[in-house]
Formats: sequence, C-alpha cells, structure tokens
Amino acid sequence: MSQIELINISKSYDKQKDVLNSINLSIEEGEFFVLVGPSGSGKSTLLRMIAGLEEISGGFLKINGQTMNHLPPKDRNLSMVFQNYALYPHLTVQENILFGLKGRKIDKKEQQRRLNEAAEMLGIQELLKRKPRELSGGQRQRVALGRTVVSHAPLCLMDEPLSNLDAKLRAHMRVEIRRLQKRLGLTMIYVTHDQVEAMTMGDRIMVLNDGQIQQVGEPITLYNEPVNLFVASFIGSPKINVGNAVFSENGKYLIVENQLHIPVDPSVFCHIPRDRNLKVGIRSEHLMPGISKKENLHYLEAVNIEQLGNETSIAFELGSELWTAKWPGQWKIDLGQKVSVQIMPEFLLFFDADSGNLIKSAELGKSQGAVSV
Amino acid sequence: MSMIYPTIETNETYLHQAERVKRQNQMKSFLKGMLFLLPSIILFSVFVFYPMFKTIYLSFFLTNAQGATTVFTGWDNYKALFVDPIFIKSVKNTFLFVFYTVPPTVIISLILAVIANEKLKGIGFFRTVFSSTMGVSVAAASVFWLYLFNPTMGLLNKVLETSGLDAIEWLTDPKWALIAVSATTIWMNIGFTFLILLGGLQSIDSSLYESADIEGSGYFYKLRRITIPMLSPTFFFVITVSIINTFQTFGQIDILTQGGPANGTNLIVYSIYREAFVNYQFGAASAQAVVLFILILLMTALQFKLVERKVHYQ
Repeated sequence: MSQIELINISKSYDKQKDVLNSINLSIEEGEFFVLVGPSGSGKSTLLRMIAGLEEISGGFLKINGQTMNHLPPKDRNLSMVFQNYALYPHLTVQENILFGLKGRKIDKKEQQRRLNEAAEMLGIQELLKRKPRELSGGQRQRVALGRTVVSHAPLCLMDEPLSNLDAKLRAHMRVEIRRLQKRLGLTMIYVTHDQVEAMTMGDRIMVLNDGQIQQVGEPITLYNEPVNLFVASFIGSPKINVGNAVFSENGKYLIVENQLHIPVDPSVFCHIPRDRNLKVGIRSEHLMPGISKKENLHYLEAVNIEQLGNETSIAFELGSELWTAKWPGQWKIDLGQKVSVQIMPEFLLFFDADSGNLIKSAELGKSQGAVSV
Repeated sequence: MSMIYPTIETNETYLHQAERVKRQNQMKSFLKGMLFLLPSIILFSVFVFYPMFKTIYLSFFLTNAQGATTVFTGWDNYKALFVDPIFIKSVKNTFLFVFYTVPPTVIISLILAVIANEKLKGIGFFRTVFSSTMGVSVAAASVFWLYLFNPTMGLLNKVLETSGLDAIEWLTDPKWALIAVSATTIWMNIGFTFLILLGGLQSIDSSLYESADIEGSGYFYKLRRITIPMLSPTFFFVITVSIINTFQTFGQIDILTQGGPANGTNLIVYSIYREAFVNYQFGAASAQAVVLFILILLMTALQFKLVERKVHYQ
C-alpha cells in the first residue's frame, strides 16, 4: 500500500543554505525505517516534510506513486507521534484518542469499536477516563500510540517518541512499538538521535549528518561496513576506537598513534595505499585480552576500568586517543597496570584520513568462520 | 567518671541543643523574610492600608468641608445610601456598564488575537496597531471620542447622515449616553485584553495543532476544542481584571458626560467623587467607597468560587 519515495528532496529556510540536500530514498511497505543523526542533522525536518508540517523547498515526495508535495497533512493518510506526545491536557484519555475521529465525523459506533480495540491492544482500558496529567510517562506514550492505532492510517511517523522516558521504560517501549508495528503491518518512519534505538528497532537505517545522507542500510551492515568515519563512530556503543596510522619506512609495520607497531600481513594489507594519511578503527570487542594466543600482543596502560558485572570495560591511553576494550566476564585490573591486548590486523577498519571514507572494513566473516569450525 | 549512662545524658543535651539551634534558624529566616518584604509593606501601608482604614473610619462620621470629623453617626451614612435614589441609580448604572463593556471587549479582543496569531507577512504591524490603545491615556482617548461623538461635526453623525439616518445626540440622549461611554471604554480596553489573549494563544503548544492537522481536524473544530479550552486560564484572568477595572471607571465619565444626562452615566466612582469634592460630604463619600469595595470583593470572590474550578491550568 504505502511506499514512500523521496526524489531530490531539499529544504532551505529563507533561501539560505540548505538544511537538507538532495535526499533520495525509497521506503518499502511494512518497513520499519529509522532516521538517525545528531541533533541539527535535519532528520526531524525531513520527517515533518513527509508529514506535511513543513514545506518542501525542492524535489518530490511520492506516497503510493502519487506526488504529495502540496497536499495538506490530513490528505496524506498518515499518523504521527510527537516527542512530547501532543496530548490535549483538558481532555480525557478517551477524548484524546478519539479527537481526530470526532473531527472527521466518523460514525459513533465505529469510533467506540476502534477505541476498544486500541485500548485493549495497548492495555489502557482502565485509564480512559483520566486526564493526561494523571498519567505516567509510559502511559502517556501509550495514549499517543492509541491515536495512531485508531486512525487506521497505513503510514506512521514518530519523532523521537522515547526521549522523555527513563532508560528502563525506553527499552520496554522499544519492544512494544516494534511489536505494534509488525502486528498492524504499519510502514514506520522513526526519527531518533539514539543509535541504540536505531540499531534495535530498524529494518533499515538512514544516517543523516549536516543535511546529507551518510549511509542507508541494515543495522548490521552499518555496524560492520560503515562507509565513512562519521557512520563508524556514530553507530555502535562504546564508540569505535580510532587512531592515526602510518606505515613504517621499511613497510614492515603499521604505526598507530606513534605507539602501536602492527606487523604488516600482506594478505590483509594488500589493498591499502601506502602513500596516504590513514586512520584505523577497531571495535571495542576486537581489542581482546591477550592471554590465549601469543601473536599480535601489545602492552597498553589501563587508565580507567568499569566493572559492569557481565563484562568489563577498560580504557587505554594510546597517544592522544582513549581506546576502550570490552571484555566478557569480570577482570581484575589495577589503574596504571600494563595490560596485554591482542589486536588482530584483520579486525582493523581503514579510512582515508582526509576524506574520512572507508578503504577497507574488518574481515569478520573469515574470523567467525574460524570460530565455528 | 560518670560514664555508666553516657548515651542517655548526651542524647538529652543533644536534643535540647538541636531544639535551640532549630528555633534560632527559624527566627533568622523569619527576619530575613521580613527584610525582603519591608519595601512592599511600607509602600502598601502608606498608599493602601492607611487610606483604606481611614476611609472606613470616615464613613462613620459627618465631616466639615476640610474633611475633619465632626459628629459620630454610626451606620447613618450607610442607611442614607440605600434610600438615596441617585446612589441606587449609580449602582445600577455600574452593573449595566460592566455588562455593556466586558463581554464585547473580550469577544472583540479574542477575534483580533486569533487573527494576529496567524503567521502572516507584516503581522507585527497589526499586532502593534491592535495593542496600541494600551498606550493611549484615558484623557487623550476621551477627548478623541468627544470629537467623534460631537452632534454636529462628529464623524459618527456624519456617517449616519450620509447613509440617510437621523443624527444621534450621543452624549446627551439618556438612551445613548451609557452606550457611548461603553464604546469608548471598549476601545480603550481592547489593547490590554488583546495583548494578554495573544500571549495566551502563543503559549499553546504548536504540536497540539500539528497533531490535529494530521488527524484531519478543521479550523473551527480546532478553535472550539483546542484554542478556547486552552485559553481558559487567560480568559479568567482577563475577565476578572476587566470587571474590576470597569467598576472603577472614572476618567472617561468625567470628560465625556460628567455623569449626565440626568445621572444616566453616573457610575459609583463618579458618584463618590461628586459627593466628596463637589458636595464636600466626605463621610457619605467614604461610605459609598466602602460599599464599592465590598461589591468588587464579592464579585471577585464569586468568580473564583464559580468559574475557577472550570478553568483548566496546565
């Protein structure tokens, strides 16, 4: 039903610099699509343009193959959940949920039927007579979702809906929203600045920065093969470890942050240009404890240790950078202690230091294969 | 050494000390609080509380022309008021005047505020114009309307004449005088009321309207179901303040009609003024002032009791 196409969409205020720049994108029916980016990246603006709350400065917006640029929001057949939920404080939960249906003069029986259906689905039957101020954050969120459910619109837009909730509730509502979306078969466009939300909820993610699309793809693709340094450091928690790297004069070592000497393995390093400024990146789970194997060991000074119970996060000082390692289990390490760390060259991501673009991603398939043998 | 029951002893002395420190701290914060209140206390005492008590005191006396008390009369001043046809008429006039003035002011201001809240080019100009009467003094506005109401040269009658209607003696015809003064007052009050209502409109969260847009609500549905209920605290404030202000109207009466014709526009405050500074009956005037004070107090209390619970605060 609902397939959304953005063709060369751009947005500028008062003919100034573009806030969004030639966005091309298509979203499939029934897809959970996440727009993620730091604040000011233009993701909310893009969502509001799809909703019809902001004017589109350039390009075309198509829903189901029809150009929607100049249609008012009510004719786009969509629903939207706002960051502050936009509940009417003077109306009860029931009146809030039915607000739109009443405005469109939908049959009373049909209204009641949809209300009961939504209330049951969201477990808010007991709250229908209350005012929004008598509800907790999570309950308000459910009421806002209730409006989406009763609207029966095939497309749902959400603008940072979980950012006002505490961490535990957020994790819970993530699951609920995702289940609701699958159950109703909604096409969802979901805006967030939280990369964990993006990774856990999205079928596909679009990373936006400074009004430019950085990368569109499945969560794991973005994690494993980020197209540039921005995506690499935006996706993943803790942040990917990055350092400047050069080859030694004789070409036998890769020197990271003037400290780490990584022996050059021709099979790994064959496509890496020798004459350019490089940045290498490595995920924190790939800075492994150097106990079992003897090769590729390096000694780094631990400057901070965080015990999380199921895992231990250790910060090392490396030149001007702080690298973080995440080791499963509980490790007893003292501050300032030199710890042996195994850095396998195949786990390194290589970026062009000037453009920030990816040269080579980590060889994960190979290593996972080796483990499962 | 007496260390056998050390805990009991120290506990008692400790509690005693804690009590003393607590009392000292309370005293300190009380003194500090009074220090902050002192400027208002002095100002209010000199300009509000002292005159108020003096008025109540005077209302039980007869006075000479200088305002000094001569004979204690008890409730006689009050008793005389309630059989005085002129005073009773002025009370009636005042209520009628409030009724003519407050509802039109609020309705016109609301319409202007809703229009001025739209995002249009040059809306700042209209906002300034709509609120500009706030900056016009009562005297200037009254003189301006005096010219408009002039029976022969006034613009209003010129308009009536050109459209073939009879000229109206705006300020001297008993049928029209109170309405004419009300029109002047509405015009003068619109600026303030408009500004407060516009502020109220702008503090309504825009996402409420956006959400309603997406759900397909029409303009008047939004106005009725979102704007009006969300404005209710502002309405309450504006109506309460307007009623109090209207009860105290004086300047435009003095300039436009001097209470005439035949006491047709004689409002309570004007009646007080005449009693005190034309007839030099300070005692009777004070009694009228006290009655006015009680009337306003009752009206405001009634409003809070009846209306405020229906007001929705965010």
